[in-house]
Amino acid sequence: MITNFLNLEWKQYFRSANWQKSVFLNIFLVLFGLYFAVCFLLIGIGGYFILKEQFPEQDPLVLANSFLLYAILGDLIFRYLMQKLPVMNIKPLLTLSIKKSKIVHFILIKSSFSFFNIMGLFFYIPFAVVLMVEGYEVSGVLGWLFTMIFLIQSANFLNFLINKNTIAFGTLIAILLGGYLVQYFEFFDLPGFIGTGFDFVYQNPTTVVVFAGFLAILYIVNYKQLRNEVYLDALISEKTKEVTASDLSFTEKLGDLAPFIKNDLRLMWRNKRTKSGIWMLALGLGYGLIFYTNPMYAEIDVLMVLVGIFSTGTFLINFGQFIPAWDSSYYKMLMSQNFKYERYLKSKFTIMSISVVLLFLLGIPYVYFGWEILAVHFAAMIYNIGVNTHVILYGGTFNRKKINLDEKAAFNFQGTGAVQWLIGFPLMFLPMGIFGLINWLVSFEIATITIAVLGFIGVALHKKLMASITKKYIKNKYVMIHAFNQEN
Amino acid sequence: MIQTTQLSKKYGKAEVLHIASLEIPTGQSFGLVGNNGAGKTTYFNILLDLIRPTTGAIVNHDIQVNESEEWKSFTGSFIDESFLIGYLTPEEYFEFIGDLRGMNKADVKNFLSQFDEFFNGEIIGKKKYLRDLSKGNQKKAGIVAAMMGNPQVVILDEPFANLDPTTQIRLKTIIKELTENRKVTVLISSHDLTHVTEVCERIVVLDNGNVVKDIVTSAETLKELESYFAV
Repeated sequence: MITNFLNLEWKQYFRSANWQKSVFLNIFLVLFGLYFAVCFLLIGIGGYFILKEQFPEQDPLVLANSFLLYAILGDLIFRYLMQKLPVMNIKPLLTLSIKKSKIVHFILIKSSFSFFNIMGLFFYIPFAVVLMVEGYEVSGVLGWLFTMIFLIQSANFLNFLINKNTIAFGTLIAILLGGYLVQYFEFFDLPGFIGTGFDFVYQNPTTVVVFAGFLAILYIVNYKQLRNEVYLDALISEKTKEVTASDLSFTEKLGDLAPFIKNDLRLMWRNKRTKSGIWMLALGLGYGLIFYTNPMYAEIDVLMVLVGIFSTGTFLINFGQFIPAWDSSYYKMLMSQNFKYERYLKSKFTIMSISVVLLFLLGIPYVYFGWEILAVHFAAMIYNIGVNTHVILYGGTFNRKKINLDEKAAFNFQGTGAVQWLIGFPLMFLPMGIFGLINWLVSFEIATITIAVLGFIGVALHKKLMASITKKYIKNKYVMIHAFNQEN
Repeated sequence: MIQTTQLSKKYGKAEVLHIASLEIPTGQSFGLVGNNGAGKTTYFNILLDLIRPTTGAIVNHDIQVNESEEWKSFTGSFIDESFLIGYLTPEEYFEFIGDLRGMNKADVKNFLSQFDEFFNGEIIGKKKYLRDLSKGNQKKAGIVAAMMGNPQVVILDEPFANLDPTTQIRLKTIIKELTENRKVTVLISSHDLTHVTEVCERIVVLDNGNVVKDIVTSAETLKELESYFAV
């Protein structure tokens, strides 16, 4: 039975069209995973010595223990956002002659071996080995290590219980922040207090049984809950939420672009993939803080262009790179409707331009770090509107991959092809290069003005550029219809 | 009038459609019948300029569909669920299509009111996205959207599939009313011989991409078709 299940899993993974089509993407993901594994491994091995060197008078294990509260809470929060119990694909198994209990056990045990649970081991195991080598008591360290493993597994199962429960999520955040604040203001050392609990485990390794018991209880609760819900009208059903339509009549001012712009706004607000992408905006807007707060980068003017293009253009890049794939699932319908293609593209252009201006306005507080920054951001805004919008619309004609709007954005590379990687070069590095060169040869002011002038030239040529881009889209129409028709 | 001349579509060496000549006069209710893979949807896709013919062309009311896009202003169609925008409510979808077809909000509302019976209270005002509707209800929305903006040509691929019996009967009435005054041409494909003989005055049978029968519907048509397909 188990081998049957495993066999299915294996085939599901390797036969998914996604795997077969984008080998590069998979290689990239594997490298990404390996990168994290190696990072954890290095911290695990080196952690002991770093702590020893930085805080010679303290016991590294005690010190590490006092951080564990953050690690556990962080782990839970991360899981809450990213990890989901994979239940949908058991639907075909329900009517076969397999005991439901078996299916449930399989799902649960399978979840034990997920990416989230394995990664932590890359840190804890080498750290424990180093401890033993350094002369810590073997039984104590083993007790500690197994406690950690049980805690990771407990987090795994706890997450499924609290999943989608915002109160639980809020509590986690509150404990994390509260713990940090009371510690910071030296009111009460909550993390340290929790840490002493782990010190106790090291001294009395038998207490590991408590954590094993805790894990067992969580497993049983999960099992009971899941066993009651393997029905089509319970867990495996797709929940339909009631629609709350917002009033978008303000878009009417945009004339004949309004229907498309309304659609795009709804598209962004109502689909998982785009909704989680909205968080990217906050990240992009705050991107400058990494550089401007760091005196090390203050001397490098070119970085202002990078930040300027990126912070005013995050939406442009995130949204623009998947034009027209956003509309891929109903592209056929659009193509048989009565409108001019130019109007469709113009609506995308308008949305992107508005976003650029808005993001620039939101980024005005950067002036705190110097007026030059604001000047460069302004030039970058013009450049984004005049040049980058057209570049990204042009890049869209190469899009051949369908996007499923119902999937999350983080780590979702659906719809991503070589174009998305290549388009980044002209978008960011070209203005950086031009700016850098003129800044070096002439002056900062001229360099900034050049970037802005390039943008204005783009704006002036807007009609012509759009006409030729439209031509390209129309030329590629059949290829795109065909490509968007393919399920991934 | 929809004229098809020397039309063929090949994928590699396999020819999936070959129609030497086919004329559909204005106002006709035209039925396309055939087994899976006969070329019905391919024909509709070429007619809607969603795929290119290998040779030949279709001319829809004097406009060659792969040369000019003018046919879009008078042609309404529903092929499958991919014609719906899943994240819109039916009302928003109708409004969107209406917008593209030059109807304002009041026009759309007015237009939809004729279909209250057809919708059976399951489409409008349900506060659900199209993606969350059942297949049958999705189809109802798509079919009605295809009729928006007074099209002269309405193309429906398998309109009866997935519909409940009551709705099937109502749809037949709607299609009959549409062609009553001989202004609107309706093209339908179907696997259901009973329905298609009931609604269409002319039926063309496709087999492996070729026209094998071209019948003016009469009392014997159903029998004739049944015996043809009973092999």
